[in-house]
Amino acid sequence: MTQTEFLNIVMPFKDKVFRLAKRLLVSTEEAEDATQEVLIKLWNNKSKFEAYKNVEAFSMTMTKNFCLDKLKSKQAQNLKIVHSNYQDHNTSLQKQVEAQDSLDWVGRIIEELPEQQKMVIQLRDIEQYELDEICDMLDMNNTSVRVALSRARKTIREKLTNTHSYGIK
Amino acid sequence: MVLNNIEKLLEKYENGETTLKEEQQLKNYFLQDTVAPHLEMYKPMFTYFSVNQQEQFTKTLPLTKKVFNFKWLAFAAVAVLMIGFYFKSPIISAYEDYAYGTYDDPQEAYNEVVKSLAMISIQFNKGTSTVGYLNEMNKGTETIGYLNEIENTKNIIFKPNNQ
Repeated sequence: MTQTEFLNIVMPFKDKVFRLAKRLLVSTEEAEDATQEVLIKLWNNKSKFEAYKNVEAFSMTMTKNFCLDKLKSKQAQNLKIVHSNYQDHNTSLQKQVEAQDSLDWVGRIIEELPEQQKMVIQLRDIEQYELDEICDMLDMNNTSVRVALSRARKTIREKLTNTHSYGIK
Repeated sequence: MVLNNIEKLLEKYENGETTLKEEQQLKNYFLQDTVAPHLEMYKPMFTYFSVNQQEQFTKTLPLTKKVFNFKWLAFAAVAVLMIGFYFKSPIISAYEDYAYGTYDDPQEAYNEVVKSLAMISIQFNKGTSTVGYLNEMNKGTETIGYLNEIENTKNIIFKPNNQ
């Protein structure tokens, strides 16, 4: 398999890998490193590509395991870095700031969810995978994916409602 | 009518029972500018989802990183050995011819052996003659034996303390 062929297979889902990594690891740099690592692992195992049923699902599982390992590793335990991705909010309009602010809220709420719910929300609501695919990727059964999804959605809605009506009710 | 439908979908959505198509419908509704006031809090949620969908991985992939192949190390080692043997063998044989000459005639060989053995014995005798001085040493130690006599007489005069 040449490099071009490999890239053609990987390109469509590399962003998904990155976003899942970022959902779990929070910081952009960490997520970039993780994505790179996962893709290089895939490249090194390219001879086994035919054996995989679904390269995309396989990569997502790999990403999940890699990130969870990363979170569990000593490095992460010793150093508690508060990841914040600084951005240049170059919008002076009140409305835009407000909109951005409420989006940040959603991000923060998702960050507080348990890892499993985080992953399910990421894969379903952002990447729009079918439930069966998610079961495959996360090694869970259909019902537990559904339950995790439902819980995560309800939590987000509740917390958003609280934030939304804060000081009003 | 539309609102009613959306509310129903939202309930299904929260139970995790919506299909991807229905979720897309919800998303489209909440991405509009005007949303029913009591559903306002869902807006950031769905906006967040669609905004996050756009994020891309921009870092380049270093796929060309070469992994060192140990197979080539074996080839190189064999090549070095071969070259080594090739250049070494003729030199050794030439040196051996030069260093250890041979005799074709047995009589001549015998004479040579006798000559070299004689030389060895002469040198050997020279060595042993110098060792002769060791006898002087032995004589010296014998004279020291008289000291025992002194010891005896001393014991007669002074009673040893430990008796």
